[in-house]
Amino acid sequence: MSKNMNLITAPLRKANPITVLILGICSSLAVTAKLKPAIVMALSVTVVTALSNLVISLLRKGIPSKIRIIVQLIVVATLVILVDQFLKAFMYDVSKQLSVFVGLIITNCIVMGRLEAFAMSHSPWESFLDGIGNGLGYGSILVIVAFFRELFGSGTLLGYQIIPQGLYDFGYVNNGLMILPPMALIIIGIIIWLQKPEEEK
Amino acid sequence: MGLRNNIDKIKPNFEEGGKFAKFHSTFEAFETFLYTPNRVTTNGAHIRNYVDMKRSLIYVVFALIPCFLFGTWNIGYQHFLSVGESVTFWQTFGYGLLKIIPLYIVSYIVGLAIEFIFAEIRHEEVNEGYFVTGFLIPLIMPVDVPLWMLAIAVAFAVIIGKEVFGGSGMNVVNPALLARAFLFFSYPSKMTGDNVWIAEKADAYSGATPLGTIFNGGSVNDLPSLADLFIGTIPGSVGETSKIAILIGGIFLIITGIASLRIIISTFIGAIAMTLVFNVLGTNPAMEVPFYYQIMMGGFLFGTFFMATDPVTAAQTNIGKWVYGFLIGAIAILIRVANPGYPEGMMLSILLMNVFAPLIDWCVVACNIRKRKKRWAAAERSDK
Repeated sequence: MSKNMNLITAPLRKANPITVLILGICSSLAVTAKLKPAIVMALSVTVVTALSNLVISLLRKGIPSKIRIIVQLIVVATLVILVDQFLKAFMYDVSKQLSVFVGLIITNCIVMGRLEAFAMSHSPWESFLDGIGNGLGYGSILVIVAFFRELFGSGTLLGYQIIPQGLYDFGYVNNGLMILPPMALIIIGIIIWLQKPEEEK
Repeated sequence: MGLRNNIDKIKPNFEEGGKFAKFHSTFEAFETFLYTPNRVTTNGAHIRNYVDMKRSLIYVVFALIPCFLFGTWNIGYQHFLSVGESVTFWQTFGYGLLKIIPLYIVSYIVGLAIEFIFAEIRHEEVNEGYFVTGFLIPLIMPVDVPLWMLAIAVAFAVIIGKEVFGGSGMNVVNPALLARAFLFFSYPSKMTGDNVWIAEKADAYSGATPLGTIFNGGSVNDLPSLADLFIGTIPGSVGETSKIAILIGGIFLIITGIASLRIIISTFIGAIAMTLVFNVLGTNPAMEVPFYYQIMMGGFLFGTFFMATDPVTAAQTNIGKWVYGFLIGAIAILIRVANPGYPEGMMLSILLMNVFAPLIDWCVVACNIRKRKKRWAAAERSDK
């Protein structure tokens, strides 16, 4: 049991796909200007990694090694299209905001990385947990980055105004740099900076 | 020598095991600020030079004093000009002083506090690097910048620009420029446009800088005269307006050997070359601005003398310095003329080249190695 728990908890901190493996940076810069798209993106990626890990792990003994990437891609692409259609049907506005980045989950290194590194050699249940763990590890960073970017860039969280109007009257101004992608990279850098010494202990 | 004795008396408290050992770096910083340290290193070969780091940094601050004095006066001058009052010299200067002193207080308190905290955490000596950065930052800001914005920008520049890389001497980009760039992108309404360059400006008065005029489609005829640009009685960032003051400081830096003449000359060459290219193309008023105006406008001279030559962030090899300077000048003019977004390009071009400086150095060194290898191979062949 503890080994299985470890599959979920390890990617949150010491094997985090973004801050330790430096994967999936591109989408984490693009979708984190606001908290809501970031959360939706985090859940989408978690669903895709978990299910694709599960499917590939079930198929792993039957996949010829020469065409395994193609098989993996087909599975991932199918799942991504399902997620995309789901978002379009039930959360159209968020789907609009995420635009191409839902489709680009196919090329998210985390998904392919977990398939190759984990699902191809582990049992379905373990692979499923690993997928959930990595999706959440990715998502947690997304949410942290989006939290700061939306709070300081727009003064809101999930669309609700957090920074009181009085402060604006007093001369406070939203930080325009927070809206721009470079700031996401800087925040991720700061998270890595804070996380690193802890790991080395 | 009462002070010296007092310092010696309290010194043990700050040594390892003392009561205030945590504040060793802070104590050490103040002690060496007041007195020349009497410690000597005991091993290795040394070259003794009277220009140590403290000396070279304080030279830069000296070199900035003409800009500071003129800038302070100009704050008052522009203000009273815009509201149409005529006042005495001292009133003008005093008004400027009241405006600029808070900027300096914020810049130094925030910046030095962060420096001291990091030095204590890392058990290192407090570095003097911030003295120059802190002096530069208010000089490259619009004078009416809100103090809390300045504080955030200074904190960002010192932490992200310098401390994450390991403190003074390790920084990739110039922290003072980074502070400005941070504000520039974070709060564009307070950092650009025609309304920010004059303190408490009267609304009807045009506060456009020369670059702003060009940016909004004006031609050379709409600009202040070259003499005004040279003396500096124009709106702009505090330190950048007077070319005389910049030249006095710049020449001082060149004579004392702190600023690299190679970088300065090549920056001029780059800017002039780029302007001439645009002059030949000449399809809009901005392209037709002659090079002597381009050099006189905006932060070009200030950036060239005080920012581009920063020994930490500039290229280190001699050939590298030529390339580095040339590209700064050329890109600055390119951004000014061709970019639809911002009127001034000096800040962005220096920051960009700061990032590329190590690459330039690497290429120069690699080229040199290849050349020497070839020569060596040729010599070997002729021996046989």
